[in-house]
Amino acid sequence: MGLSTSILLTIALAPLVGCLLAGFLGRFLGRAGSHSVTILGVAVSCALSFYVLYQLTVGGAATYNQNIYTWFQIGHFNASVGFLVDRLTAMMLVVVSFVSLLVHVYTIGYMADDDGYKRFFSYISLFTFSMFMLVMSNNFMQLFFGWEAVGLVSYLLIGFWYKRPTAIFANLKAFLVNRVGDFGFLLGIAAVLYFLGTLDYATAFGSAPSLIGKTLQITAGTQWDAATVICICLFIGAMGKSAQVPLHVWLPDSMEGPTPISALIHAATMVTAGIFMVARMSPLFELSSTALSFVLVIGATTALFTGLIGIVQNDIKRVIAYSTLSQLGYMTVALGVSMYSGAVFHLMTHAFFKALLFLGAGSVIIAMHHEQDMRYMGGLRKYMPITWITMWIGSLALVAVPFFSGFYSKDAIIEAVGESHRWGAHYAYFCVMAGAFVTAVYTFRQMYLTFHGKERFTVVADHGHGHHVAHLDDHGHHEQGIMHELPKESPWVVTLPLVLLAIPSLLVGFFTVKPVLFGGWFGSAIHVDAANDVLGELGQHFHGAVAMALDGLWSLPFGLVVLAFVITSYVYLFNPAVADRIKNALKPFYSALYHKYWIDAVYYVVFARGGVMLGHLFWKAGDTAVIDDTMVNGSVNLIHRIAATMRRLQSGYLYHYAFAMILGLILLLGGYWLTNSGLAGQ
Amino acid sequence: MFNHLLSLLIWLPVAGAIPVLLAGSTRPDLARWLSLLVAVLTFAVSLFLLVQYHPDAGGMQLTESYLWIASWGVHYSLAADGISVALILMTTFVGILVIAGAWEVIQDKPHQYMAAMLMLEGLLIGVFCATDALLFYALFEAILIPMFILIGIWGGPRRVYATLKFFIYTFFGSVFMLIALLYLYQKAHTFDIATLAALPLTMQEQTWIFFAFLIAFAIKVPMVPVHTWLPDAHVEAPTGGSVVLAAVMLKVGTYGMLRFILPIVPDAGAHFAWLIIVLSLIAIVYIGYVALVQEDMKKLVAYSSVAHMGFVTLGIFIAFLLVRESSNADMALLGMQGAMVQMISHGFVSGAMFTCIGVLYDRMHTRQIKDYGGVINVMPWFGFFYVLFAMANCGLPGTSGFVGEFMVILASFAANPWIALFAAFTLIIGAAYTLWLVKRVLWGDITNPHVAEMKEINGRETFVLVSFAAAVLALGIWPQPLVHLMDSSVSQLVQQLAIHKI
Repeated sequence: MGLSTSILLTIALAPLVGCLLAGFLGRFLGRAGSHSVTILGVAVSCALSFYVLYQLTVGGAATYNQNIYTWFQIGHFNASVGFLVDRLTAMMLVVVSFVSLLVHVYTIGYMADDDGYKRFFSYISLFTFSMFMLVMSNNFMQLFFGWEAVGLVSYLLIGFWYKRPTAIFANLKAFLVNRVGDFGFLLGIAAVLYFLGTLDYATAFGSAPSLIGKTLQITAGTQWDAATVICICLFIGAMGKSAQVPLHVWLPDSMEGPTPISALIHAATMVTAGIFMVARMSPLFELSSTALSFVLVIGATTALFTGLIGIVQNDIKRVIAYSTLSQLGYMTVALGVSMYSGAVFHLMTHAFFKALLFLGAGSVIIAMHHEQDMRYMGGLRKYMPITWITMWIGSLALVAVPFFSGFYSKDAIIEAVGESHRWGAHYAYFCVMAGAFVTAVYTFRQMYLTFHGKERFTVVADHGHGHHVAHLDDHGHHEQGIMHELPKESPWVVTLPLVLLAIPSLLVGFFTVKPVLFGGWFGSAIHVDAANDVLGELGQHFHGAVAMALDGLWSLPFGLVVLAFVITSYVYLFNPAVADRIKNALKPFYSALYHKYWIDAVYYVVFARGGVMLGHLFWKAGDTAVIDDTMVNGSVNLIHRIAATMRRLQSGYLYHYAFAMILGLILLLGGYWLTNSGLAGQ
Repeated sequence: MFNHLLSLLIWLPVAGAIPVLLAGSTRPDLARWLSLLVAVLTFAVSLFLLVQYHPDAGGMQLTESYLWIASWGVHYSLAADGISVALILMTTFVGILVIAGAWEVIQDKPHQYMAAMLMLEGLLIGVFCATDALLFYALFEAILIPMFILIGIWGGPRRVYATLKFFIYTFFGSVFMLIALLYLYQKAHTFDIATLAALPLTMQEQTWIFFAFLIAFAIKVPMVPVHTWLPDAHVEAPTGGSVVLAAVMLKVGTYGMLRFILPIVPDAGAHFAWLIIVLSLIAIVYIGYVALVQEDMKKLVAYSSVAHMGFVTLGIFIAFLLVRESSNADMALLGMQGAMVQMISHGFVSGAMFTCIGVLYDRMHTRQIKDYGGVINVMPWFGFFYVLFAMANCGLPGTSGFVGEFMVILASFAANPWIALFAAFTLIIGAAYTLWLVKRVLWGDITNPHVAEMKEINGRETFVLVSFAAAVLALGIWPQPLVHLMDSSVSQLVQQLAIHKI
């Protein structure tokens, strides 16, 4: 049985309907009505997404690829809105809708006291719609639509608490940095249209081999390989959206947004759009090993160096944010070694465990009354056991402990990089290996600081401030480390999503590793050249999920995790003073990490300040001084001066005029005489 | 009625202005309602264009022609193709919104204001369908008068400087056009544009005529470096004047290029295409930076208009490169369509942006960005529209602002990747100046106590903003109807580009 258009349309549009209802009729629907319609919309999408996945996997449905309507038809160029639904899309649909649904439910608890409750539901439903349009697209135009639309919602949600100066700084920064990526992305799309003559995926991929040997003239003597140009341009888009170095700076700042969207947008789904896009474009990327090496080196750099920053963060959300950057780096590395299915596999497992970690962090933040600094936490495990256990599950998945879902995806990536012979693979192998250690360090540190050790807050009996819970966004004026009541476990709307995410974090890798990584589950959705097929090589040593996990226990990455466990346990559980001593001993290194390698500061000075200075220069020197004062008003003044001179000539005195007449006569006669004598002389 | 549909569209608002004037200052409400009625009627009549004009047939349709000045062979001749129809529809649509927008805002002589607006509308419609060069010229000049009045009477404190600058600047330019037209007349003994298009001209003649036309139209667009009248005019103009100026009047310049430069001097156009392309890219990048640092909201949006019009001129002239140098007619079509869509889209987006600024100005009586901040706290619905139009202004897909820019950038890559590189820079700089404006005006906590007293948009303002929003979204979500409307006309333009006159 095939997939029907109406089902796919329903998947895409149900959240949009929810968004519009909650957004425009929220006044009539009320809070409960608003969250009900949006949750209903996403639930419908989620159920249908599972149905689509089922049909494509078990039901034997064929890939769906149809246009819905013509966006424009100009000459031979067609841009349409249409859907391409194969297993790659189906997996994304399930991940997006499932996480989105849980985040919707979670929001009921997290945003309970917020004035923008209905607006928030409207936004996250709009986001879900946009993300669906992105992953279901069958052409580059719609991809770009989804791409920018998720960016818009991300902008709105990072700045959700629009009174906070930091939030509205962060959302502008996020949008602009993403636009730098989109700049490359759009040029990539233009290059696709120029070389392949179409914006449609299937047609473009079908004629992709025709790119071989084609070049783009850059300057008179320089030709660049067409496939390389296309792929690097497209990947620049992915670098923006998926926050790869050097366009990673927006993601940590995006933590200014409410925690549910950190989980949904800035961990599980939107930021992985770049990974999805490259996997979708695998027929193009396979044509350029130069572009893939570029991808590999960027990914490896992101994986290691952003992870390192995570070690020095004290804000519970920022640790997870840097962790997300680092994990996106791992996915990018997988793309770089042509292991597209591995990247998407890690994308999926990561979506579950990272959403879990973020939502868990949100649960902690609720319990701590919007304190996010881990230095004022500690020992929370006895107050919030569900959050504690589920976050440990997520953490173990993140550090890739065998049998946990993250192990299967991440270990496979590390192994694959080891097998790869691509330029840059050695560097990447070092980065992902060292990254495994770094991941474990910041993760265990975070868990210990939050849930274990001594309580670093004191509970002071309430003296009349009990009613000030009103707004989520008015935190910051309370004294840090002082609580008015004991922290307590969050309500069920918060803990239920944690549990539901903990299950796949634990199990999904174990059950899906065989088909997804080694069974060619994606089919024709992903194309890998035989020469680049590192997964195929790994597959020869694969003897089932259990054997893989048991082997993993004796592998170097897990050894590094154990080492990190021992070190962090000693430092944070038994001898906290060591942490400060290490910090002081490694002062320059710590300083570099603390200042995020000074990249943000440099960008601010060069691009923000520099841009404004350049603008002033252009405005004052160009528009005002040269054009207006010199050219425009200058010519006006010139006319003024000429007129003034002319006016003086008309003095009204007869003798002036007589004098002028005589002078004129002399000149005329003189001229006549000169000319004539000249002629006579000939 | 259908035989004279275009005449009706021109004269209905012009004649309608008379009863509005007669209604007089004693009965301002009557004048308001009358003018609204005229505007709505005009719009309703313009909808018949969609029925009467057949896009698939192409060519000039709805032709009317009468001898006007016999001794000179000047005709009152009108006709419309898809491009004209699209521009006329946009004009009549915006016409309603500026009347509704000015409703109680204009308290001083509202009947005269409304009458000037209606006359302006009629003259603009005339420009978009005149097929006689002298008639075009006459209308082209005539639109200056009502605009001069609108800025001069209802303008801000420096209105005298602004109106003079505006008038002399544009008048200066059109003198060159007149000289070129007279030269053409003494060769062809007619002002019929179609005949002039078929006139063989040497390269030297074409060059002179090209620059004469270029000066006239470039000032109107306006292109760098003759754009400085626009920010001054906008700053001093009343809201409605700004809306019409940005939404419709600027298009007269690019429309003139299509009707005169492309068919009459194609070889000079192709030869100097690089010049226009460079100026367009300067408009996109350099003006983007200038817009970034403006302290006055209107100036910012005015500069952003210059940058966006850069895409129109870019789209038109890369079509020359694509046809003549790459013989890539499909891409040329894409670029040219992009330019056309951008004209229409910019009409809605800039009109909406200036309306939004008007809404703020009516409450605070200042256009300085620094006086605002946190407006969203008191005007959430206004904030919704403002963000929507800001997003359209930075070319977000799903809004009309994206469509034209997307097409032009795609096409320019085929002409030369470097052109696309500079054009695509708008993605960054356009977002920077627009969203920084939004950040400083809309977001944040309220710091100025006057902002706290601002009232949410009323029903009339909501109507205007909803109308603009509907147009911006409809075009963004489904541009094909507009593309189809103009398709055959744009194809003809592109075919003309390939014809060598020498």
